[in-house]
Amino acid sequence: MTVEKDRSVTSSVTVRFAGDSGDGMQLTGDQFTDTTAIMGNDFATLPEYPAEIRAPAGTLPGVSSFQIQFSDSIIFTPGDSADVLVAMNPAALKVNLCNIKKGGLIIVNENTFLEGNLAKANWKSNPLQDDTLKDFQVLKVELSELTRNALKDLPLKPSEVDRSKNFFALGMMFWLYDRSLDHTIAWIKAKFAKRPEIVEGNIMALKAGYNFADITELLPTQYHVKESVQEPGIYRKVSGNEATAIGFVAAAHLAGKALFYGSYPITPASSILQELAKYKNFGVKTFQAEDEIAAIGSAIGAAFGGELGVTGTSGPGLCLKAEALNLAVMTELPLVIIDAQRAGPSTGMPTKPEQGDLLQALYGRNGESPIAVLAPKTPSDCFYMAIEAVRLAIKYMTPVIFLSDGYLAEAAEPWKLPDISKLPKIEVTHPKAGKEPFLPYSRNPETLARPWAKVGTAGLEHRIGGLAKADLTGNVSYDGENNQKMINLRAEKIRRIANDIPEAALRGPESGKLLILSWGGTYGGVFQAVSEFESKNVKISHVHLNYLNPFPKNLGNIVSRFEKVLVPELNMGQLLMLLRNQFPGINAVGFNKVQGQTFKVAEIVDKIKELL
Amino acid sequence: MTNPVTAANTSSASNVPANAPVNLPYTKESFVSGQEVRWCPGCGDYSILATVQRTLAKSAFPKEKYVFISGIGCSSRFPYYMNTYGFHTIHGRAPTIATGLKCVNPELSIWVITGDGDGLSIGGNHLIHCMRRNVSINILLVNNQIYGLTKGQYSPTSPVGQITKSSPYGSIEHPINALCVAIAAESTFIARTLDTDPAHMSYVLDRASKHKGVSFVEIYQNCVIFNDKAFAPVIGRDTREDRMIYLEDGKPLVFGKKREKSVRLKGLQPEIVEIDKVNSKELILHNEKDPSPHYAYLLTQMEYPEMPVPFGVFRAVERPAYEEMMGKQIEEITKAKGKGDLKNLIYGSNTWTVK
Repeated sequence: MTVEKDRSVTSSVTVRFAGDSGDGMQLTGDQFTDTTAIMGNDFATLPEYPAEIRAPAGTLPGVSSFQIQFSDSIIFTPGDSADVLVAMNPAALKVNLCNIKKGGLIIVNENTFLEGNLAKANWKSNPLQDDTLKDFQVLKVELSELTRNALKDLPLKPSEVDRSKNFFALGMMFWLYDRSLDHTIAWIKAKFAKRPEIVEGNIMALKAGYNFADITELLPTQYHVKESVQEPGIYRKVSGNEATAIGFVAAAHLAGKALFYGSYPITPASSILQELAKYKNFGVKTFQAEDEIAAIGSAIGAAFGGELGVTGTSGPGLCLKAEALNLAVMTELPLVIIDAQRAGPSTGMPTKPEQGDLLQALYGRNGESPIAVLAPKTPSDCFYMAIEAVRLAIKYMTPVIFLSDGYLAEAAEPWKLPDISKLPKIEVTHPKAGKEPFLPYSRNPETLARPWAKVGTAGLEHRIGGLAKADLTGNVSYDGENNQKMINLRAEKIRRIANDIPEAALRGPESGKLLILSWGGTYGGVFQAVSEFESKNVKISHVHLNYLNPFPKNLGNIVSRFEKVLVPELNMGQLLMLLRNQFPGINAVGFNKVQGQTFKVAEIVDKIKELL
Repeated sequence: MTNPVTAANTSSASNVPANAPVNLPYTKESFVSGQEVRWCPGCGDYSILATVQRTLAKSAFPKEKYVFISGIGCSSRFPYYMNTYGFHTIHGRAPTIATGLKCVNPELSIWVITGDGDGLSIGGNHLIHCMRRNVSINILLVNNQIYGLTKGQYSPTSPVGQITKSSPYGSIEHPINALCVAIAAESTFIARTLDTDPAHMSYVLDRASKHKGVSFVEIYQNCVIFNDKAFAPVIGRDTREDRMIYLEDGKPLVFGKKREKSVRLKGLQPEIVEIDKVNSKELILHNEKDPSPHYAYLLTQMEYPEMPVPFGVFRAVERPAYEEMMGKQIEEITKAKGKGDLKNLIYGSNTWTVK
């Protein structure tokens, strides 16, 4: 007997899976995402892990979550708050209650709401029995019990049976949003191929969850989200750190160079090292250094050797790398430093994003030390900006800082894959010995870059170092006028990059009352906020910066055409400070948040309303 | 005193009889850069520089493949004076830059020039890790037991009680022993030499350069300005026969004005004996290739004034070099998986098509 159910079409949904670190929430979220991708929705996802590796089971610090927004239109954020929360235990409910829409649906595993678990999660009374959840629809499901019943005839240990309950929950969500089980079934078969009984158990749990949702009277409606209108092409799902890793491999390929990646594990940059370590058959050399300084030192050594040196870290590591970074400035070697920014200061909140390292990237070194700084705006944009960082580093013989953040690092989205043959080659020239003596600090008249002599080339033997350099010869020089000249030259070299990067693209009216000026990983939220106004025919202008140093050439002109410029940042006003310094006439207003979360669309919408 | 190792090895090391006409592409001058050398007159670094230049000139290895990399300190000015590739980096970090360079170009002969402050204080961490990884780099640690470039503060190798500008009442810090650090990190080549014996230094440097894997050489060096004659009690003209041992592989540790003394083991401790009063079988025979580091450690613990101080090659053992393993792993994985295809990498394993 089946219950007659309503079918409703909806435009956009946000689902959040939450449970204990050991409950498999990331896997559940990934499976839901993969199926969503295949069904043609646009999506954006964000995992949230605890900083502790194995916090005690059932406690608040041990909660791991995964949020996905999927839509029939183009979206860039994982959603402000969830329409549906799947909470596998009382702690997951407690941690995530603030992330659910009023009136939203909460599915809980009722079997875990026992005295001990409630106490571990600091619930004074059982929230399923008092009025804590009065603003939500609550669906109490005996998830553990139902899974056990479904799998009772299989030769599995009780612990193995319990581990399948996330598939029961996933099955329910697949029914609720009218998704096919096929992809996940195929995935289970491949993943657990060596354990047929586990394959069977997981598939049975998945189907049991699906069927339970189908027949239960507690879920009267099934929702359908239509395919989004996306550009035709081949797509994959990609996270920021994956795209970053792939981007640097591609950049090395385009430059005809071997990629050397020196790094010391640090959240949230470690997965770049882990990813690159897999690509040995691309000639990638990864070096897990003894510390942050050795990591950048090794990359500088690789650059001195004429190969592509890249290092990656997060804010605290960037502090440690500052002196070596300055050595690369003085010796004018090509180098890329990835900084996946996290909430600071000090150790701060390691798994949480922030944009607090902008000024450190620009100025956090002794002396006059200009370098190029750029920032990807979406997970897939990390790929293109990685290539761009390498292009600029090599062409201008300079270190380039790539400012990603903890949100971009982990967030994933569909990526329309590029035509590989159309990715532009990165030109590299190494000098050969000529009749004249080699001048390591002579310069290309256009870019002011010095020649990149490859160590081992006969006839070009020369010495470089951190001491002040004489013009042309690069010999040690303590001459004051020479020092002034060299500092001017290095600054001018970085300024000239502005001639070589795209102008800032303005969305919306060319001039007017309000311009939103954002940078880096906050693009998605700002883009969607502006879209909301556009859909109501309110014209708002938006510029998003990928290049922080130098700024695009036309930026000054753009900002001068607006009465007010709103600068939303996940810091206390660092871009704002740069803008006020470079464009003194600007009427800029900061919108600042340092709560270890990226902006919610609604927050930006409200701020814009306040200023209109 | 003629050191027996050098006398025995100068000819055999190059396989060319002494004074025979040789046809080598380089002279010492080939390695002299145009930069004016600016160490203090009488500094031990002059002898080290000249010896390195002379040693390199004995080989046909292409000059452009040599790289000298240093940190900060008096000795770290070294690369500027060598007519090779050179990199005067930042304090303590030379091994990191050398490691990255060696990884991308294993053909190079890379020399790290460091000091007791640069290598054992600010750069101690890198030194340890470079040695335990066994990257094929030659590390010359020039030890003068003082901070010279900053004008005379005690260093991590200064003895307890040393009066310096930053220890006017005497240093209270227990010194670190450079070679013990090298042993602890299981460096595969460990040696000690001294600025006043260029022939011995040249022999040691030649051995170091031929060693596959990391080589660590401590060079006793005299800072004539801030710590003059720090090593004189050991290496001074009047005392050296009684206080220095020149190590020879396979031979007893012999010293003394008449070469009458040697060393045997008493329990776990070395003990000085007179050769003609003991059975020769009791004497320790030097063994560079002992796979266990215990013996080399014991040698590093022989310190003035209790014991004569050993010079020469303490340890020379084989272990796969880091850069070779890195290259081999890439080769093997590439063979197994096939050369990476960029399109496959970018597309990944899970794509879908939007029409």
